[in-house]
Amino acid sequence: MIEEEEVDLLLSDLYEVYGYDFTQYARASVKRRINRLCSLDKFPSFAEMRYRVRSDPSYLKRFVEELTVNVTEMFRDPLFYKTLRTSVLTKLVAKPFVRIWHAGCSTGEEVFSMAILLKETNLLHKSLLYATDLNPDVLDAARKGIFPLGPMKQYSENYILSGGTNDFSTYYTAQYGRVKFREELAEKMVFSTHNLVSDRSFNEFDLILCRNVLIYFDRNLQERVLTLFEESLGPLSYLGLGAKETLKFSAIQSKFKQIDSEKIWRKIA
Amino acid sequence: MAKNRVTPPKAGGCQAVLIGGSTGGLEVLLQVLPALQPPLPFALIIVLHRKNTADSTLANLLSLKTSITLTEVDDKDAIRPNTIYLAPADYHLLIEQDSTFSLDDSEKVNYSRPSIDVTFESAADVYGSSLVGILLSGANADGTAGLNAIKKAGGVAVVQQPDTALVAFMPQHAISTIYVDYVLDNQAIIAFLNARR
Repeated sequence: MIEEEEVDLLLSDLYEVYGYDFTQYARASVKRRINRLCSLDKFPSFAEMRYRVRSDPSYLKRFVEELTVNVTEMFRDPLFYKTLRTSVLTKLVAKPFVRIWHAGCSTGEEVFSMAILLKETNLLHKSLLYATDLNPDVLDAARKGIFPLGPMKQYSENYILSGGTNDFSTYYTAQYGRVKFREELAEKMVFSTHNLVSDRSFNEFDLILCRNVLIYFDRNLQERVLTLFEESLGPLSYLGLGAKETLKFSAIQSKFKQIDSEKIWRKIA
Repeated sequence: MAKNRVTPPKAGGCQAVLIGGSTGGLEVLLQVLPALQPPLPFALIIVLHRKNTADSTLANLLSLKTSITLTEVDDKDAIRPNTIYLAPADYHLLIEQDSTFSLDDSEKVNYSRPSIDVTFESAADVYGSSLVGILLSGANADGTAGLNAIKKAGGVAVVQQPDTALVAFMPQHAISTIYVDYVLDNQAIIAFLNARR
């Protein structure tokens, strides 16, 4: 079991040697993931793990991948997507151009879910989906639009619950246990690395989605990121968060109005 | 089943009571919650294995059974005494040193998210000896490692008496694997909790 001070040492190594700053991540979760990795990779002691992280850049890659959580799915929380369909995208129809930012997009399942929604609401042709993550490897996976076949049945059920009326399988072709989504869905996607800890705003958006990313940050970093989002949203644009994330602790809350009882807020001031 | 009684827990000083359960755990809570005498001097944190749909049916059902404030946890909520917290579906529930919750949607542990082990281990790290863990009915080995972490940190480990559990596997697994302080039926669990002042 790794102690608090040892977590501090590892995190300051990561920053000093590689420039990755995890010091404002939610500590309980970081500590648990470091402990998990230490036993998964069978390090006999903390010192040996620390040495490996400091001296082996190829291991660093694994370390960062395992430290950050890359769990995502398509149409997760279908009612969230239903509200996007009925209460948000309908308001964007009149715009000449729709810019959407998926912050912390991981392997891209939510970006493809959004592209399907945009396609079905006739917005895709005039939309741009910016998908960012701090980890270049997950972005490479996202860019390909290839996902495991296994969860597609669940995704298809989610899609129907979100108000989808097509046959979900028409959006992809399946081969060798994997599926590839239709090219036209990916045409409007731009993938790029962006670190919410250190990078700045890069555009103004009509909708920002950042779901189940803030839960890994401490309150100070959450506030920094929410302020970054607020600065990146035009008037009357939208912010979507994860099912258990909230603006209730944030100074930006007063500038936003929650849509229905979903985790979607509209910028009103 | 009066085995395993060792050091009597310190009077008072209990900051949090964790209850973990799976199949059959809900039935115990439906009996225990109405019998708790407010104000609770501790925070009561419940981790139940549940379907991964994000609806509030379970929280509504449980809150009907008690006059004490019961809330399904949002990320970064503060942990306060005399409040009952329910782990949300599809997230692990962790506890930070500043007595706030963190949520985590990483891999399932023991086929479960929320996992009882994850919350118990995290709480043991923060609360040390001022913590009680109670493991209820279930068909899963989740919770044993967590109870063990609570014991190691100096806290108190309680297990539902297996022959009173709908599914004995989970409490029995803990009793056979680790050292627990108390093995209690529903009435004794109620009395135990009402005596934590």
